Amino acid sequence: MTPVLQADRLGKRYGRRWALRDCTLDIPVGRVVALVGPNGAGKTTLLHLAVGLLQPTSGTIEVLGERVVDTPAQLGRVGFVAQETPVYPTLSVADHLRLGAHLNPDWDRRVAEERIQQLQLDPTQRAGSLSGGQRAQLALALAVAKRPRLLLLDEPVASLDPLARREFLQGLMEITSEQEVSVVLSSHLVADLERVCDYLVLVAASRIQLAGEVEELLASHRRLTGPRRDAASLPAGQQVIEASHTDRQSTLLVRTEEPIHDPAWLVEEVSVEDLVLAYMRGATGAGHDPSPVWGAKR
Amino acid sequence: MIWLAWRQFRLQAAVALFALVLTAVLLAVTGAHLRDLYDASGITTCRAHGDCAALESVFLTHETLLRNLLGPALLAIPALLGLFWGAPLLARELESGTYRLAWTQSITRTRWLAVKATLVGVASIAVAELFSLMVSWWFSPVDKVSMNRFTPGIFDERGIVAIGYAAFAVALGVTAGAIIRKTLPAMATTLIGFVGLRLFVSYVVRPNLISPTHLSAPLGTVPDVGFAAAPSGTTLMAGNPSIANAWIQSNRIVKAGGQAPSGQYVHRFLGQHCPNIVEAPSAGSRPAPAAFKECIAQLSTTFHEAVSYQPASNYWPFQAYETLIFLGLALVLIGFSFWWVRERIT
Repeated sequence: MTPVLQADRLGKRYGRRWALRDCTLDIPVGRVVALVGPNGAGKTTLLHLAVGLLQPTSGTIEVLGERVVDTPAQLGRVGFVAQETPVYPTLSVADHLRLGAHLNPDWDRRVAEERIQQLQLDPTQRAGSLSGGQRAQLALALAVAKRPRLLLLDEPVASLDPLARREFLQGLMEITSEQEVSVVLSSHLVADLERVCDYLVLVAASRIQLAGEVEELLASHRRLTGPRRDAASLPAGQQVIEASHTDRQSTLLVRTEEPIHDPAWLVEEVSVEDLVLAYMRGATGAGHDPSPVWGAKR
Repeated sequence: MIWLAWRQFRLQAAVALFALVLTAVLLAVTGAHLRDLYDASGITTCRAHGDCAALESVFLTHETLLRNLLGPALLAIPALLGLFWGAPLLARELESGTYRLAWTQSITRTRWLAVKATLVGVASIAVAELFSLMVSWWFSPVDKVSMNRFTPGIFDERGIVAIGYAAFAVALGVTAGAIIRKTLPAMATTLIGFVGLRLFVSYVVRPNLISPTHLSAPLGTVPDVGFAAAPSGTTLMAGNPSIANAWIQSNRIVKAGGQAPSGQYVHRFLGQHCPNIVEAPSAGSRPAPAAFKECIAQLSTTFHEAVSYQPASNYWPFQAYETLIFLGLALVLIGFSFWWVRERIT
């Protein structure tokens, strides 16, 4: 089956700074993908490349099997909710729906109106006076009603309060259950996405650090705790992602496809958050900084 | 897309329409009054037989406030259109991030820009030219009296040049907005660029657009002949010959062969031919008019005034060239904006 998003050594440079480089990805259809990483890691760049707002400096990106080009057909198949969910402040909610209807040939009026009704938004209200949560919901309604096959959301819940955040993600889940649509949503907070995503892409320091099905990732990572020993002495096939030592004890996060039989280790499963944090520290060289930049916003 | 472009533009369009209607009413009332005054002034009948200076200066005392206000207001309109319609067209979308909403609908950004730029461009041209036509109509009796329609500041407020100015100002605003991506700096850049180019064209380009007609006028036929003595010699001076609605670009006094006379030459010539005038009795007293007339007749045998001018028939070619210059620049800028939006905002 055609992957929904495929990147090959994709890179984007601004001046001398690479916002994203050597990004190779192959995301299958039908997933809800969490694109996580610290602020400024390259998440927005990747999404903008996927929707055609940016052109790659190097490498290629294909969305739904086609190179990203600025054509109405290609634009119509991808729905996009941009960061901070921009809307036209002087246009009303109803105007935004009309905008969507005029600019998208496959516009689904029923879906758009139902969502607005469900959210109890007043169609005559100006978008500039909506709350952050309402604005995000309006942007989502716009993106969904164009009937995309891929929905990209850039930090859709970052600025929302916990309640609005939950409502937004709930709305998103309803959409994925009703429509055949693949979703990629980015966030710097993994906890937001854990419940809704089944695929994880981790970007840090402008590179992809980790990508895969959440279940497989969890199955292949373990935390080992035991008497202090050097990480290099582990058997082949156990890749150390992160190691921390006290005088007498070592704690390792390892990636392995094999079960771990060494009785000296206490073997624990890891959570998505543990995994993300470990890879993130590895990528940014943050070591064991107790408050990495990435976690500071929580 | 037309719907969205219109929806975003309709408030501005309404403001412009309101201003147009208001101005139309004001100018219709005062303009009709000005025409009545002109008809009653007797200038038309006096033109048939000679000097109307007195009647004309009386007529030119009417409506001075509006006459002083309308010109600058009209000159400001293309600049305002560039600032408030052109500059925010892209800059506001780029600044507020709404371009990410607009450009991810099922429509290419090129088409999006084409529709918006066409709507705003055509509306700006229409608004500016309508204002210009109203003001031209209002001023027509004044222009008949002043006969100065080539003067910078008059030439720019009449005819069709407003079309070029408005198109250029808006295109400059759009381009500045695309590159700078911030509304206020884009507006400032537009203002500076527009005023700069207008001045440059008015004072540097326009005088060289059409090569002038040359005229050799005997000194006896031009007004205000005189001379000034200095230790280095004497300089002859004369005013412009009166050519209706013409643009006198230069005049100088030359000898029969065409070369300028030296101060010494003029001094000797006057000493020979106009002794009565050179030996004026005392400072402050004027030579007798008869002697002066005689002297000018003498001067005319050797000197004449070489005049370069644009005849009135060149007025519309000048208007057309200036309009085309600004329209051409507008097209170049808009073409550049399209390229920039497609290739550089990525």
